[in-house]
Amino acid sequence: MKFSSDDLTALYLTLELAATVTLILLLLGAPLAWWLARTQSWFKGPIGAVVALPLVLPPTVLGFYLLLAMGPNGPIGQVTQSIGIGTLAFTYPGLVFASVLYSLPFVVQPLQNAFEAIGDRPLEVAATLGAGKLKRFFFVGVPMAKPGFFTAAVLGFAHTVGEFGVVLMIGGNIPGETRVVSVQVYDHVEALAYGQAHQLALFLVLFSFAVLLLVYGIQRNSYRMLFRLNS
Amino acid sequence: MNNPFKKAFYGASLILLFSNSNVVVAESLTIASASNFAETVAALVQEFEAKSDYEVRLILGSSGRFYSQISNGAPFDIFLSADREKPAALVTNGLALPQSRFTYATGRLALWSEDENLISGDSSVLSTDEYKKIALANPRLAPYGKAAMEVLTALSLSDDLRDKLVQGENIAQTYQFVSTGNAKLGFVASSQVIKNGALTSGSAWLVPEDLHLPIHQDAVILAKSKENSAAHAFMDFLKASEGRRIIQSYGYGLQDL
Repeated sequence: MKFSSDDLTALYLTLELAATVTLILLLLGAPLAWWLARTQSWFKGPIGAVVALPLVLPPTVLGFYLLLAMGPNGPIGQVTQSIGIGTLAFTYPGLVFASVLYSLPFVVQPLQNAFEAIGDRPLEVAATLGAGKLKRFFFVGVPMAKPGFFTAAVLGFAHTVGEFGVVLMIGGNIPGETRVVSVQVYDHVEALAYGQAHQLALFLVLFSFAVLLLVYGIQRNSYRMLFRLNS
Repeated sequence: MNNPFKKAFYGASLILLFSNSNVVVAESLTIASASNFAETVAALVQEFEAKSDYEVRLILGSSGRFYSQISNGAPFDIFLSADREKPAALVTNGLALPQSRFTYATGRLALWSEDENLISGDSSVLSTDEYKKIALANPRLAPYGKAAMEVLTALSLSDDLRDKLVQGENIAQTYQFVSTGNAKLGFVASSQVIKNGALTSGSAWLVPEDLHLPIHQDAVILAKSKENSAAHAFMDFLKASEGRRIIQSYGYGLQDL
């Protein structure tokens, strides 16, 4: 396989985006999932539903509202302009922002499942031994939920690589900035360049298969996590 | 069947069945149209349906996608392309009727902004710092995008503006980028912003036709719709004075038939 420099740029950009988004989501998602797993609050239902929304909403809905919201007159656009970074549409940071929203449930839900599976007992024991809230999270919750973190990272990464509709609607197809692999494949197909499309698409199929195989080989547990997420 | 609701349900179904069969005598027609022609073709279809018994289904999208769909057996009757090449290729491949192909419209490009004071009827705004992003349709996929790049090249601006260009997948998305203000201005189809010779909002520069190669848009009837009288009737309507008047009112040029 020999890729054009445009294809390579798109591949590199996609991996960079997915890695960045996964990192941000693990940092944001862990406390959120911990809270969702442990809280008795009335807000648990509504917040859990909001987190799960991207699972249900078509990417076009998310993309359309992001485009409006990020525009100079939209609420996000107003904020970003007032802090002096302009508007987010057609930029890499804009893509990161959108992808974090879009992949949120794929990270939060496996983490929440893993935290819930720990049960109350280990945490109560830790508390009687004098561990505070933060200590219980870092020294009991996080280590015991390690398989959950693994699943969350893989799903968040994979889902961001596979993102298409949202990027298409807010990206603007800028090489090295917003033209990710899925859009590049789409462009090849639309331009009737089936040869180039095949090359890139086949590579993606093989790459994705290899990553998932590796993951499921290492961690059979994560397969059960994935199954639980979908059921 | 002793349940009265069930009886009522079957009765209603029978009535629907018969009343339907009275309505569906007209032949139906499916048109796949390039998205730049969206509003114009909607107006044409409305007029056509009012004048005949035919029923029209309208599908909008990019010409490239329609081309691949037709090549893979899509159930369309008429293809209104945004270019000349794709209908010609369909004819070559035996998928469209050779004698049906004609140029139904010639596209005009407009540089447009929602900001009423940005564009002063010429290209001068392009070389200012008044904007961060300028939208155009993907030149690789869309004839209007290709024409827009030709305009920038003709004005010797293509290198200077490289970092400001954002691309829509088709001309409809390009319009969306500009109308939401995410790009302050952009090259759109004049038909998207001009109604009856007047600009609908914002400010614009109607790009002179000598700055780019002409955007000839061709129509064809697909080979398997040879016997579809609705398809032939619609093509005749496009060529008749009334159809041509509607096409022209959206800012398109016409070719002699």
